[in-house]
Amino acid sequence: MSNDSTKFTRLPATDAEREAPKRATREAVLDFWADRFGVPPETFDEHTFWERGKGKLWLYRGEPPSPVDVEALGMTFLRTRQEHWKPTLEAVQRFGGHATERVIHLSGDEAETFVAGHDQELDWDGDWGYLVVTHDLAGRREPVGVGLYVYGELRSQVPKGRRRDLDT
Amino acid sequence: MEPPERYRAIVDDFEAFRAACERPLPSAIRVNTIKATVDEVRQALDEAGVTYEPVDWHAELFVLPDASPGANWPYFHGWIHGQEEVSAVPAAVLDPQPGERVWDACAAPGSKATQLAALLDDRGEVVATDNNIGRISALRTNTERLGATNVAVTHEDARNHTLKPFGGAEYDRALVDVPCSCEGTIRKNPDAFDEWDMSHVGGISGVQKDILERAVQATKPGGTVVYSTCTFAPEENEAVLDHVLASEGCELVEFDLGLDHRAGVTEWRDDEFDPSVSLAKRIYPHFNDTGGFFCAKLEVGE
Repeated sequence: MSNDSTKFTRLPATDAEREAPKRATREAVLDFWADRFGVPPETFDEHTFWERGKGKLWLYRGEPPSPVDVEALGMTFLRTRQEHWKPTLEAVQRFGGHATERVIHLSGDEAETFVAGHDQELDWDGDWGYLVVTHDLAGRREPVGVGLYVYGELRSQVPKGRRRDLDT
Repeated sequence: MEPPERYRAIVDDFEAFRAACERPLPSAIRVNTIKATVDEVRQALDEAGVTYEPVDWHAELFVLPDASPGANWPYFHGWIHGQEEVSAVPAAVLDPQPGERVWDACAAPGSKATQLAALLDDRGEVVATDNNIGRISALRTNTERLGATNVAVTHEDARNHTLKPFGGAEYDRALVDVPCSCEGTIRKNPDAFDEWDMSHVGGISGVQKDILERAVQATKPGGTVVYSTCTFAPEENEAVLDHVLASEGCELVEFDLGLDHRAGVTEWRDDEFDPSVSLAKRIYPHFNDTGGFFCAKLEVGE
């Protein structure tokens, strides 16, 4: 089955079941979350993964027959088109609480800067790349979104429509 | 005759009704239990310095007397959603159970669809339909921010809703919160009465009947359909129920509601309706200090 930009196609389980040569597999997606962020694969046991458009992955709770021609299916989840796969803010808010690696915890002021969409110089001991960004809220270490850490700075990846000035 | 005057004969304490219609409505929020608990939201609102007041009929709703819902941390995280009290009624009445499949026939901008998703514990499936692509964009924004993973969105006219994308299975429940003349939103939209037009009421009433019929057809025997509007006009409420009771195999059933309300009217002007439409509930602004609303619960025949 070719990539059809208006339909959702369920990800093949493994390479052996893959029909479109560049489509990600469920196995590769689970490995990405586990290897990069330490999110256990069983976190997604109840969810199916879908692609619509090249490299745009969605996550859904149900199991409709594939392909399915609808406007949206669950939530946008992961972008796999570039060399470095990028989780969405929504996926990190929902599942980033399970992350144990590549998590950067921000102070209140730093979190406000991040949500406003600004880059900031911060110390980080780990690899460069996409990080799960957290802060403290109501006694929880709550994931805010995705940051890109390069050259000594954390670059906010909060989409324009989600940015807020929460400096009160 | 136009609203509010045209409802003098059916509204108790009409002068209080008219006065309430002129008072602005404070913001309200619903706790999104997919992402946080009521206690966590209380704590987060305390930390943000946002004043909130509980409502006595629904543990997951708060009124914000001084603030708009959108500019604070719990909102950014999708822990809360701005939703008027009465808007939370129909999904609560539908009462979907985790794992069930539910159709939201007129879903945008998604307050009720995401409430259904949360009531399902983000399990099962909510098929959220709307015919307006711009409003679907708002619906998508809300499902994403609230972290619902069990909502599928379809762009179509609810009157012609197809079960095909999901293998043809009928739904366990359906929510039919139809487009209406919106008289009950007068406290939020002060132009609602000025824009009122009898020909619009007559036209939209036909659409409402067709959508409710489709919902009954698309729901399993023994399943539940909830019909609601945010308007007072019997043409859009009891008359729609009366029509569908005659055309489809379904019946109205009793339900509990913790808001003060009145029974559906069985007579309006020259029309008489099926006596069972009295099982529907009318919510007026002056009884609970809310917006106006109408809600009915139907069971689909075997």
